[in-house]
Amino acid sequence: MTLTKADLVQKVYQTHNLTKAQAAETVEAFLRVTKGCLAGGEDLLISGFGKFNVKEKNSRRGRNPQTGKELILEARRVVTFKPSGILRDRINSQN
Amino acid sequence: MNKSELIEAVAHEMNMTPREASDVVSTILDSMSETLVEGDTIEIRGFGSFVIKKYDSYLGRNPKTGEKIKVPPKRLPFFKVGKELRERVNAKSN
Repeated sequence: MTLTKADLVQKVYQTHNLTKAQAAETVEAFLRVTKGCLAGGEDLLISGFGKFNVKEKNSRRGRNPQTGKELILEARRVVTFKPSGILRDRINSQN
Repeated sequence: MNKSELIEAVAHEMNMTPREASDVVSTILDSMSETLVEGDTIEIRGFGSFVIKKYDSYLGRNPKTGEKIKVPPKRLPFFKVGKELRERVNAKSN
């Protein structure tokens, strides 16, 4: 089973004293804030869950694996995620 | 940004008390954690997806002593950034 935004909205709606619209809006606000933080180049540390890092990648020579042609991959920023120790342990205790 | 700053920002956007915002943010994060603990996938359009990767046990080495050790099988969550977020994060650098 895959968790989607709709599932999060449903969960918030069921758990809190909010209308469906308010629940949806709060989930959107949560995503807007987290995305805004990362888009601004700032790391996001959520204790107990994990840390989202914005990493700078230098430009480098790459190759198109299909044609074998060399090309320059431009400098870019990527988002990485490191799960917290708590989450990692919980995920592994399940086996 | 840390969790309390995230909660503050959500409270501000939603005109909620920090307490209310904290409760809702906890519900969201708990629900995400629970999904991963169950080994299931999270898919949030525009943000990204989380998938659990399973690793078999393998023979590793202690890099300090060179001693061989058996690494037990493990599961780790992987995050793949969504299209919208990837583009927005990148747009700032150019």
